[in-house]
This record gives sequence, structure tokens and C-alpha cells, in this order.
Amino acid sequence: MSRYFTDEHEWVDVEGDTATVGITDYAQEQLGDIVFVETPEVGAALEQGDDAAVVESVKAASDVYAAVSGEVIEVNEALEDEPALVNSSAEEDGWFFRVTLSDKSELDDLMDEKAYKAFVDGL
Amino acid sequence: MSDNKTETLKKLPLDSWHRGFGARMVPFAGYEMPVQFEGVMAEHLWTREYAGLFDVSHMGQVQLEGEGAADALEAIVPGNISALGAGKIRYTLLLAQDGGILDDLMVTNTGRNLYLVVNGATKHDDIAYFNAQLPSDVTLSHMEDSALLALQGPKAAEALAKLNISPMQPGWPVPTDLYFMEAGPFMWGDIPLGISRSGYTGEDGFEISVPAEHAEKLAAALCALEEVKPIGLGARDSLRLEAGLPLYGHDMDADVLPVEANLNFALSKARREEGNFAGAEQVLAQYPNKTDKKRVGLLVNGRQPIREGASVVDADGNHIGAVTSGGFSPTLQKPIAMAYVPTALAETGTEITVEQRGKAISCTVADMPFVPHNYHRKPKL
Repeated sequence: MSRYFTDEHEWVDVEGDTATVGITDYAQEQLGDIVFVETPEVGAALEQGDDAAVVESVKAASDVYAAVSGEVIEVNEALEDEPALVNSSAEEDGWFFRVTLSDKSELDDLMDEKAYKAFVDGL
Repeated sequence: MSDNKTETLKKLPLDSWHRGFGARMVPFAGYEMPVQFEGVMAEHLWTREYAGLFDVSHMGQVQLEGEGAADALEAIVPGNISALGAGKIRYTLLLAQDGGILDDLMVTNTGRNLYLVVNGATKHDDIAYFNAQLPSDVTLSHMEDSALLALQGPKAAEALAKLNISPMQPGWPVPTDLYFMEAGPFMWGDIPLGISRSGYTGEDGFEISVPAEHAEKLAAALCALEEVKPIGLGARDSLRLEAGLPLYGHDMDADVLPVEANLNFALSKARREEGNFAGAEQVLAQYPNKTDKKRVGLLVNGRQPIREGASVVDADGNHIGAVTSGGFSPTLQKPIAMAYVPTALAETGTEITVEQRGKAISCTVADMPFVPHNYHRKPKL
């Protein structure tokens, strides 16, 4: 399994044709207390860069973009009852959705962990 | 998130102190302001249980002096200022000549002059409007060298009592003798403080005007107490929303008249009868309940917060109103909001629909405050 990152602070875990998407620990830290997550519909066809989900903190709503194109095959239903999972475990239990990748070459544009860390340090 | 405009933003007297406490600073009302320290939720709940210290130095502090100051102010506000006793505070509205709300403000009769606290984002416009309206024998001074701190929460009085603040003159009350909407002059060592029992969180608490050069010393002394933590603007906003208090520039502005904004209590009886304030004709034509729209509270059915700008819609999806403040209530653990709705739908319990990002969200019109006020009111005799 390999993990990729976007400059919009999403992470993407790829295993075969399946990608799991969430927001990074840095992003949850910036957003603060998360009180609601609107995940995409299972079956939705996402294009890279589309609005895919909305994450709501006490104060504000933020869009989460589709880091990769593909069809949504699963969403993290645990977030419905416990949106704060995104704060406590952004890069594991707080994942948002899974897609079947439609264009693996998109991954070439994403960062690896080292590059993402350098990107965040530069912010 | 980062921006190049930072250079044009002004710094609060407590700027470096906030940063030392780990504040995340954001642009607000022309200043770099602390939006949060440890997190909005924790800070909000701390304030409801103990006491929070807010830096509200961006707000405008103004003094009006002169024989006719109260009468002159009454020409533009609908509050009964000339009847305000020494040491008493009144919430009132600065009205345009057509009755639109230019600002909301607190007016204190200090016994020597009128002391006004106005919103930060509007203070320069307010002062220009005052100067244009006030007669020449009333002088206005903008207290730019004073900071303003708000200590809010059920433990605020207990905390303030530990600071050894004394009355300006022997025999006068100490700060904790004040009731809600009372104020007085005090000394903390050799530092003069103007303290009022007021705030905008729904909690008991105090607003403390202090010379800017001493603000850090006072903030440090308060936050050294076990009851007190510094709290950011984020929690100030969620607290005032739970308290049902409208925020200028969001829940009211120059396009809204007082009755529409559900601020009838700010239209004092004597002044309504006299009808001699700015916009009185337009304002009184709507009194007490003859408006097309009304500000109401909303409880959101479900967990998704609705935000300022979301549309109130009818059964056919037509826009009939708008959400003006919305967020998640840390105390109630569910989303709450304020909105303007047609008066016919303003009754408590009415089900309404809000559309946000293409999604219909059902809400119920609710009584405000959402969380009961905890003011230290003078007992009724």
C-alpha cells in the first residue's frame, strides 16, 4: 500500500485499484473541533478536483476535494455518529470515502509523505 | 489562510501576550485578533463552567461630554438615555435617519460623562456620524489608548474578587457589588479601571476598560487565577449565538429596522411616545409587530450546521429568508442558527426549510436564548 498527499491536505491510500481518502492531521488541526462530515453518495462518479465531501467545524464549513477520480464504493459511516474521529484519528479511523480508481496516472501528480511534510513545513 | 494584507492590520495592545499563549491570530475588524487558543469547543465550555478572558480591545470606546450630551445622543438612539442613572448601562441602537441600524452599543452614565462601547468594524463610521449629529457643546473623545477586556463566566466574580480592586473613592462599591448593567470607576493599585457588569456571552461577567499600557499586566494577573483562561473570538461567537444575541454586520445592519431584528426591548416606552429619534417614523410604523420579516432562532433537525448565507425556502423552493448566523452549539451539542423569516412563519415551533449547498435541511423556529442567561441581576424588591 502506498500513501499519497495533495496540496489541499488530503491523503490517499492506494491498494490495487482502490483508494481510501481522508484529510491530513495538519488539516484537522487547522479546522479545529469537527462536528459534522458530509460524505459523498456511494455510486457517485468523482472527477479529480470535484467537491467530494464537506467537513464542518464549530465555526465553519470546508470543502474536501476528490483527490483522485473514480467511483465511490464506500463511505465511513462511523463519522455520522462520531465526526470527532477526524480530530482523533485523521489519517486512520477518520477516513472519508473509498473509490475505485479510474485513472491511476493521476497519482503521479500527488506528493509522497516526505514531500508533503516539506510542503506543510513551508506554510 | 496566509495573506499579504497582514501589514495593514493593526495590532491589539495584547498582541504579543496572545501569541505567547499560543493564539491563532486572524484578521477581524481591521485587527489581528486571537480566534482560538486551545480550541473553540474547549474554550466555549470552559467559559460556561468557569471564566474566560476575552480581548475585545478592537471595539470602540468613546466618551461624550457636555451639558446636552444625553439629549444629543437621544436624537439618534431610541434608548432612554436622559433617564439613565449614574452607574447604569443601557443597550441601544445607533439608527440612520431612515431607521436602519448603523450599530448597536452600550451606553453608561458614569456620572461625569457618557461612556459608549461600539462595534470594532463600525467604530470609525459611528464616530463620524456622531460628530456630524452632535451639537458643538458636546465633545466626543475616542479612547484609543484604552484596552477592553471581558471576563465572562459563572466564576468571573469569584476570580475578580481575588485581584484586590478597590473603589475609586472610599465608601463606593467594589466591582462584585455591581449588578448586571451597572458600572463604576475602580483602582487596581495605581491603575484606574472602568468596570461594568456586562458582556455578550449570556454569562455573568465584567467588561474592564484599562489603559493599554497596563492591559498585559491585568490580563496576566487574571489568567494566573485557576478560574480563568484566555478565550478567542471563535468561542465568543458561539457563546453569543447560544445566548441569542445578534451580531452587528450579520444579524442586523443598515437594511434592517429594530422591530424586524426583534429588538423591541431597545425601543423604550418613553422614547416611543416622544417619537423623537432618528428614523422614528419608519421604526414606529412597524411597532410592535407589523413587519414582513423577523429575526428568529432556529434549532436544526439533524447534526449538520447551517451557516450564514444559507437560504430559507418555501415549499416550492423559493427564497423567502436567510440565515444570518449559524453554528454548532457546544453546550447543546447540536446546530443552532439565527435567520430572517416571513413574520407569518416566526412563531415558535414552526417548521421551516433551509437550503444549503443544494440540500434541504429542516429546522424548527425556537425561543431564544438557546442557553439560559446567567446574568447577575439585581433582585426585584
